[in-house]
Amino acid sequence: MGDDSYLGLQGVDAGYGRTRVLQGIDLSIGKGEFVALLGSSGCGKTTLLRAIAGFALPERGVIRVGDRDVTRLPPDRRGMAMVFQSYALWPHMSVAGNIGYGLRLKGWKRPAIAARVAEIGALLGLDGLGGRRPAELSGGQRQRVALGRALAIDPDILLLDEPLSNLDARIRLSVRHEIRALQKRLGITTIHVTHDREEAMVMADRIVILDQGRIAQLGTPEAIYTRPESAFVAAFMGAENVVRLDVVSSGGRVDIAAGPLNRAASLRLDRPAPPSGPVEARFRSEQLQLRSLDDATTADVQGIELLGTIEVVVYPGGEWRHSVRIGGASVLVDAPEAIAPGTSVLVRVPVSGLFLFSAPTASPVGGSPASTDDTAPVREKLSA
Amino acid sequence: MTALSSASVSPRTVDLLWWLPRAAGLGLLAFLIFGPLANMLIWTVAERWYFPHALPIDYGFSYWGRVFAPRGNAVQSLVASISIALLTVVGSLALAVPAGYALARLKLPMRGVILLAFLVPQAFPNLPVYVNIARLFYEIGLNGTVTGVVLVHVTHGLVYAVWIATAAFAAVDRDLELAARNLGASALRAFADVTVPLAAPGLMASAIFVFLESLDEFTGSYFVGAPDVLTLPLLLYSAGAGGNYQVASITALLLLVPSIAFMLVVEKFLRADVLAKVGQ
Repeated sequence: MGDDSYLGLQGVDAGYGRTRVLQGIDLSIGKGEFVALLGSSGCGKTTLLRAIAGFALPERGVIRVGDRDVTRLPPDRRGMAMVFQSYALWPHMSVAGNIGYGLRLKGWKRPAIAARVAEIGALLGLDGLGGRRPAELSGGQRQRVALGRALAIDPDILLLDEPLSNLDARIRLSVRHEIRALQKRLGITTIHVTHDREEAMVMADRIVILDQGRIAQLGTPEAIYTRPESAFVAAFMGAENVVRLDVVSSGGRVDIAAGPLNRAASLRLDRPAPPSGPVEARFRSEQLQLRSLDDATTADVQGIELLGTIEVVVYPGGEWRHSVRIGGASVLVDAPEAIAPGTSVLVRVPVSGLFLFSAPTASPVGGSPASTDDTAPVREKLSA
Repeated sequence: MTALSSASVSPRTVDLLWWLPRAAGLGLLAFLIFGPLANMLIWTVAERWYFPHALPIDYGFSYWGRVFAPRGNAVQSLVASISIALLTVVGSLALAVPAGYALARLKLPMRGVILLAFLVPQAFPNLPVYVNIARLFYEIGLNGTVTGVVLVHVTHGLVYAVWIATAAFAAVDRDLELAARNLGASALRAFADVTVPLAAPGLMASAIFVFLESLDEFTGSYFVGAPDVLTLPLLLYSAGAGGNYQVASITALLLLVPSIAFMLVVEKFLRADVLAKVGQ
């Protein structure tokens, strides 16, 4: 983002007591941008949001808003507004009281507050609820009040801490788009914490993937989805099928010798190739070709071809989902037609959907993250 | 039971037989609780009542008149008791609110030890403690003053005040305060606008406990206050010791009324989520 950075973090370390949760976070967010902090629980995403809000002081590093250093500023002087995961609505105040509180603090006059509260209420579809207490509202309405309370003060930066996680699945999908549309209309710089990949993809301009307190990758949803830079990011973005291969790479070219699990292949990658040696090949279950070995034709597409046996096939809707055993691992493959269990098959992974990462040397050959939970019933994995 | 039914006694009779000890047990319990109370109530309206008679010989309100007469000391000691109790509440809460908030919110080392320390004034035998306090107060001129009595009552009541206040503050979700800070409230403003209103029922309950403790307290008031500061329990004591059961009973009734009234209020204020956090 460079020069138009509005919110900037440099080398931020933070934690609780002796445990360091965040380590060396560098982040630069432009004005009006919507950034999602994505990660599994315990990765430090909420801690990062709280450090930005000023609830937890970072142990090291600098946080800037515009050209202002806010690192040591108390939360009430940062011009940010947060929507809490629990909404944190004040139970002793009415809906109007909750939404108008920030304006009361700013010393607004009573009629002006009432007008602004009505405006926010209309914006979020809360008309006629002003006199109710939070306890008398549904989950979706509470979420709107929490958002309205944050938006009422017209904040420079809006912080969203998993605000959709307490809504039921159907409402959540529509609220995603509503929040995104509202954010675009108002042009508020927004940071959204979530553990839901799809939610981050749909809402954000850019996604920050956090892993154990560090930024694993930062980029547009499309860039992260199509060009994950590490095995962790690839797995997080849905490429959970893993096969171990040995590669010889030279320049942009990767050669794979034929083995018991795969046919020989020579690939030209449009991204940096891993160094020669053992690699972890990751791919999603979509956009693969699944053929019974008998009628497999030679490929005209670039990719690798894996040899396996169908274990289980289920129909989750759309395409048939096959669990294919390839050596010690099993992978999930979606195909338009069901192939009976026991059939020997060829799985063709096109190069565009194939992610190669040099494998950690310590792990045994054929053992992969996916195969470690082989004891789990296959059907359970299929429904995941 | 099996032996009874095999002897062809109908279940209905068995039920009836079981009713008897149950009713007797409950009756005894009720008598143990209400018997003394009834006795006290009768004494308040008895004019003459002595040994062989099961009930008073004459009924009347003449002792009420004597208790509330200008030189009867009752009104004066009622006023003294209530003023001391109110001052004790103010003093205890002034200490318990900041202490309770700190104990609820901050990660203090030896938090448990600190909480337990407030129990110390109750843990030792009252008598030697108050005799020594009286001696100390005498040297610095606090003996026989309202301030002295209030100080003793505050140390005594602090354990309730601090424990309940800590629980009340701990029951207020930290995010509710942070939400106020986040929207521009200073720490003090967030405390006043969010924390105090939400902790108010618990703080109210702790105030009532302290009030009742102070109203009832005898030993400390006796050694530190008497004879210059005369509270209701002291009046009750001297009336009872002088064999004047009518005055003693009327005074006891005066003490009982606020206790029962406030207990009903406390029961309403102390919610389960606050109670669950007492002493944690």
